[in-house]
Amino acid sequence: MKMNRRDFVRAAGAATAVGLIGVPHLALGAANQVVVVGGGTAGATVAKYIKRLDPSIEVTVVEPNPVYYTCYFSNEVLSGERTLDSLRVAYDGLKALGITMVQDSAESIDAAKKVVKTGGGKALPYDRCVVAPGVELLFEKIEGHSEASAETLPHAWKAGEQTKILRGQLEAMADGGTVVITSPPNPYRCPPGPYERASQIAIYLKAHKPKSKIIILDSKSQFSKQGLFTQAWEKFFPGMIEWRPGPDAAVVKVNAKGMTAETSFGDEIKADVLNVIPPQRAGKIAQVAGLADDKGWCPVDAKTFESSLAKGIHVIGDACIAGAMPKSAYSANSQAKVCAGAVVAMLSGKEVGVPSYVNTCYSIAGPEWGISVAGVYKVAADGKIAEVPGAGGLTPMDAPDWAHKREVAYAHSWYKNIIQDSFM
Amino acid sequence: MANTPTRLALLAGVLALGVGFVTQAADAPAAPALVSGAGAVMLAETCAGCHGTDGASVGPASPTLAGMDAAYFTELMQGFRDGKIYSTIMGRIAKGYSDEEFALMAGYFHEKPYVPAKQPFDQALVAKGKKFHDKFCEKCHSEGGTPLTGEAKAKDEGEAEEEEEGEEGGEEYQILAGQWTPYLVYAMEDFRADRREMPKKMKSKLKDLITKEGENGLTAIYAYYASQQ
Repeated sequence: MKMNRRDFVRAAGAATAVGLIGVPHLALGAANQVVVVGGGTAGATVAKYIKRLDPSIEVTVVEPNPVYYTCYFSNEVLSGERTLDSLRVAYDGLKALGITMVQDSAESIDAAKKVVKTGGGKALPYDRCVVAPGVELLFEKIEGHSEASAETLPHAWKAGEQTKILRGQLEAMADGGTVVITSPPNPYRCPPGPYERASQIAIYLKAHKPKSKIIILDSKSQFSKQGLFTQAWEKFFPGMIEWRPGPDAAVVKVNAKGMTAETSFGDEIKADVLNVIPPQRAGKIAQVAGLADDKGWCPVDAKTFESSLAKGIHVIGDACIAGAMPKSAYSANSQAKVCAGAVVAMLSGKEVGVPSYVNTCYSIAGPEWGISVAGVYKVAADGKIAEVPGAGGLTPMDAPDWAHKREVAYAHSWYKNIIQDSFM
Repeated sequence: MANTPTRLALLAGVLALGVGFVTQAADAPAAPALVSGAGAVMLAETCAGCHGTDGASVGPASPTLAGMDAAYFTELMQGFRDGKIYSTIMGRIAKGYSDEEFALMAGYFHEKPYVPAKQPFDQALVAKGKKFHDKFCEKCHSEGGTPLTGEAKAKDEGEAEEEEEGEEGGEEYQILAGQWTPYLVYAMEDFRADRREMPKKMKSKLKDLITKEGENGLTAIYAYYASQQ
């Protein structure tokens, strides 16, 4: 958009007026400061896009880990299709854009004083804060489970060491073994993830341990891309994957020593590899900072992603309640751009623009067999994010083999581009 | 006016949201209206997760959009949306946008610098590919299939207007040089399998190429385009 001289003067005037009243940094001539809590896909993208839209804003990202391992495509590590290292993303790209990385964990956010405090003792003042903490895994919701027992019963729902543990267990398992995957109740990160995981593990087992079996103990009675997954399982791994629907099959208790899972119905299932994906809620800092509702997720304004519970703090990605959008990397990336535009507009006293959101999500359901779901979203008159009717949807059930093969190529393209777009 | 409360609700919605305009889907009267009016930057940013920041794809299969002719972008998106051009996923997403929204995205991407794909290619085929390109493709995909800028573009547009043969007159073409090869291969497969309509002239030139040089003729042309980095 071109700005003529008169517009510029008007915008500058508005910015100054706001600065005098509400933004002391601007009135003093200092730059606006944005602190982003969390360096995952949402956090990295919002930092990058704020900096792109207004390089004068000082953007700081607080993230305890020195590098990021993407959870998306980590199921391909389980099949042996890719290495864990290939999921590793450094923060050099963000640093090169002029973003400050603080390797530390956020301990508290003071919405009144506008300060983020870290475990390392830093106090980071902000004009606007963006919280992108991802999910917290609720181990204690399953009797007998804890963060410590996740060393034996890995979740692998945050990639890295956990992915390595699960892959190692699959490699160590004898042919004829049983892999049990427990699938969490809604809402949770990556709705098709547990089922893609079953596919990827099946690719490995079919090639190396063909007498083995996979049982999915589900909290839900239906799941994402169900028809397409079921079709792929019958085609590529007949008899290998058994899906037990909830609520009867919901896992309520586990025993790490005996390697058993007990369902709400009372069945006890013995596993050789037990992949427990616990129930989830918004990441811990969102709970501590009072950004989550009684169900554990963060209500936000759909146009700005500003918290409905705390002014000046925005919540994006898996942690927020985003209407019809699923908790996916693409959603996180898309929400971050809406949020970035809003943050920049609000800091300069301009009107926040009309948002537009997209989700695109691929799963590799079999060898050379990609499937996808997409959605285009707008904000509705009731203030919620709603899907544009008639758009989006699933790969058709009758798609030919070559189309599924293309979807694999596009899935890998999706991966490369979303990493570039979010982190570099 | 049976739906006065609905209208009031819509009005309240518009007022609450401050900007934008709402549209009501005729077949879904119960759902709250959606707010349209997102700007070019906002709309184009949503594409970047698959097509790269500013439409410069890092590949290997999703195409680069940066620098693309604006009219052709819109035409392609309409084709995907209306099912006239085959796609795995683009058509499903394209159904979510209006022509006006396509035009905004098109204008945005056209202004962005074209970044040729860094991809491997068979060096031994490049010279042959250039020869085939010159013979069979250059007349429409001029300058070796590169994006047309400045004088070359003005000249080309002038020529296109004078074009007598009608069907291709004034039409713009996708950038081929430096585009991701898997994407070009897919597009060509779709053209040849009638999943995408081929202009008459392209059909006859392609037939010539395949008759004279076989499938290797195409492979060589892909190598030539990929070599232009």
